[in-house]
Amino acid sequence: MSAQTRPGWLEKPKPVTQAAKAMALAVVVLLVCVPFLVIVSTSLASTEEVVDNGGWVLWPTRPSLQAYRDILDGGIVTHALGVSVGVTVVGTALSLLCTVTLAYALARPGVLGGRPVLLLVLFTFLFPPGMIPSFLLVKELGLLDSYASLVLPVLVNVFNLVVLRGFFQGIPDELYEAARLDGAGDWRVLVSVVLPLSKAALAVVGLFYAVAYWNSWFYASLYLESDHWPLQQVLRTYVVAGSGLTDATTGEGTVTAPQTVQMAVLVIATVPILLIYPFLQKYFTKGVLTGAIKS
Amino acid sequence: MAVARRKRFQSRTLLLLMLPGLAYFLLFHYGALVGNVIAFKEYVPFDGIWGSPWTGLGNFRRMFEDTAFWDAVLNTVWIAVLQLVFYFPVPLGLALLLHSLTWSSVRRFVQSVAYLPHFISWVIVVALFQQLLGDTGLLNSGLDGMGLHTVDIIGNPDAFKPLVVAQVVWKDAGWGTIIFLAALAQVDEQQYEAAAIDGAGPWRRFWHVTLPAVRPVIVLLLIMRLGDILSVGFEQMLLQRDAVGPEASEIIDTFVYYQGIVGGDYGFAAAAGLFKGVVGALLVYAANKVAHRLGEQGVYK
Repeated sequence: MSAQTRPGWLEKPKPVTQAAKAMALAVVVLLVCVPFLVIVSTSLASTEEVVDNGGWVLWPTRPSLQAYRDILDGGIVTHALGVSVGVTVVGTALSLLCTVTLAYALARPGVLGGRPVLLLVLFTFLFPPGMIPSFLLVKELGLLDSYASLVLPVLVNVFNLVVLRGFFQGIPDELYEAARLDGAGDWRVLVSVVLPLSKAALAVVGLFYAVAYWNSWFYASLYLESDHWPLQQVLRTYVVAGSGLTDATTGEGTVTAPQTVQMAVLVIATVPILLIYPFLQKYFTKGVLTGAIKS
Repeated sequence: MAVARRKRFQSRTLLLLMLPGLAYFLLFHYGALVGNVIAFKEYVPFDGIWGSPWTGLGNFRRMFEDTAFWDAVLNTVWIAVLQLVFYFPVPLGLALLLHSLTWSSVRRFVQSVAYLPHFISWVIVVALFQQLLGDTGLLNSGLDGMGLHTVDIIGNPDAFKPLVVAQVVWKDAGWGTIIFLAALAQVDEQQYEAAAIDGAGPWRRFWHVTLPAVRPVIVLLLIMRLGDILSVGFEQMLLQRDAVGPEASEIIDTFVYYQGIVGGDYGFAAAAGLFKGVVGALLVYAANKVAHRLGEQGVYK
C-alpha cells in the first residue's frame, strides 16, 4: 500500500470536504459493483429463493451451480460460447497482424505512397461508409452467414492503427539504423527489434480488439442465421428481448427458474471481460494510451 | 548502386507489409463508400447495386417529405443535447475528484472500478438496467418494501431519454476521465506550489491553474461531440426500441436500419445514411473552424 503523499503547501482539507469526497467515491464504487453482485448472486441462487424474493437475490443463502450446469450442458448457449471464443481468437489474431504491418509501414519515413495511404485511412474516420452500403457489400461478396462476416468488415480499427503507429514512431531511429547496419531487412527489423519493444502497445491493442470481438452482436444479427449466433446475440434475444431460454437450452423437466439461467448467461458473457481486465488495467498506467490520445 | 538497390528492396518489403491493411480499407471502406450510389437508385435485389435503375434524387425527396425521418432527426439531436448537458460534465467532475485525492492507492482502486463498465457490451448494460430498474428489479422491490410508490422506468417511453443518458453515464463516465486525468497530470506541480505561496486558496488555484490545463481538452471533446451530434448510441437504441416504441427511441441510425435492413427499402435507407454522413462531416469541419478561431488546436490542423 502506498502512503499518502501530501505536498507541504497543500492545506489540510476540512473534515466536511473529506467526508463528502469519501461519500462520492463510495457511491461510484457501489454503482459499478452492486449490479454485478446482483447478477452473480441471482445466478447462484436456488429457484425458490429467487421466486420468494421477487426476481433477484443480493446474497444467496444456499449457492448452487445448477443454472450453469444446465446451460453448459450442450445446447444453444454452449454452442454460442464456442462461436464467441472462436471469432474472438481468430479475429484478434488477424486484426493484430494487419494492423501491425500497416502501422509499421506507415511509421517508417519515406515509404512510397505512405502519406496518401495515411490520409486515405484517416479519412475513413471522418466519413464512414454507412450501414446499408456495408451490408450490401458483404452480401455481394457472398459473405452472408459466414463467420468471416464478423471479422473482415471490421478487420482494422483506425484508432488502434494510430495508437500502434504512434508507438512505433516513438522507437528511436538509432535502433532502426543499428539493425539496418547489421544487415537486417525491414521484415527482420519489425520482428526482432520493433515488436519486442512494443509489448505494452501490442497488449493494449490486442485486448481492445478482443473486447470488441467478444462484445459484438449487431453484425451477427445482421449477417448470421440464428444457429450460428455468438453469445452476445443469444443474450440479446433471450434476456434483453425476453424470449424463453430454458426450453431451448435445457430441454424438458428442468427445475431451474428462467431468471437464474438468464443471469448465468449474463455472467458467462461478462466473465471473460472481468478476467482480462486486470491485464488491460496494468497497461493503462504505462501511458500507452495517453501518448496515443495526444497524437 | 548497391545501396540504391537495397533501398528499393526494403521499400518493397514495406509495400508488401502495407498490402493487407490497405486492401481492407480499399475494399470495406472505399468499396462500401462507392456503394452509396444506391441512394440514387431503386434497389432491385436480383440486379444488385450496379444493375438497379436510377431514380435521381427521388429517395432524398421522399426522405425530406417523410415526417418519420424528421422525428428521428429530432430524437437524435434531442438525445445528443441531453447527453451534452447531463453526461459531458460527469467525467470532468469525476476526474477532478480523482485528481484531488492524495491517497494514491485509493485513487488507483476507484479508477480501476470506474473504467470497467466501458468494456462491458451494450447488451449486458441494457440487461443490467432491466434487472435493476425493471418492475421486479432491485429499485422497485426496495421501494415497495419501504412502502413507497414504485417507479415505471423500463418500457416507459416518457422515461426513455433520461434512462439512456443514465446508461451512458454508467458505462462511459469513468472511462471518460482518462483524457482529463492525462491533461491534469501534465500540470507542473510547481505551478500549484507557486500559486499557494502567493496566497491563492484552493478555489483560485483551481480557477487559474487546473482549469486552463483542461480547457483545450474540454474544447476538443466538445468539438468532437458537436461534429458527432447525429450519432447517439445506435446499439443502445436498437436494443431498447422494441420496448418503448419508435416515437421515443427512433434515431437516424435505427431509422436507416428499420427502413433498409428490416423493410428492404435499401435505396431510401442509404439516402438517409448518406445524408447523415455528409451533414456529420460538414459539422466536424465547421466545429474545427470554430476551434481554430478560438485559438485551440481542434481535431486536425
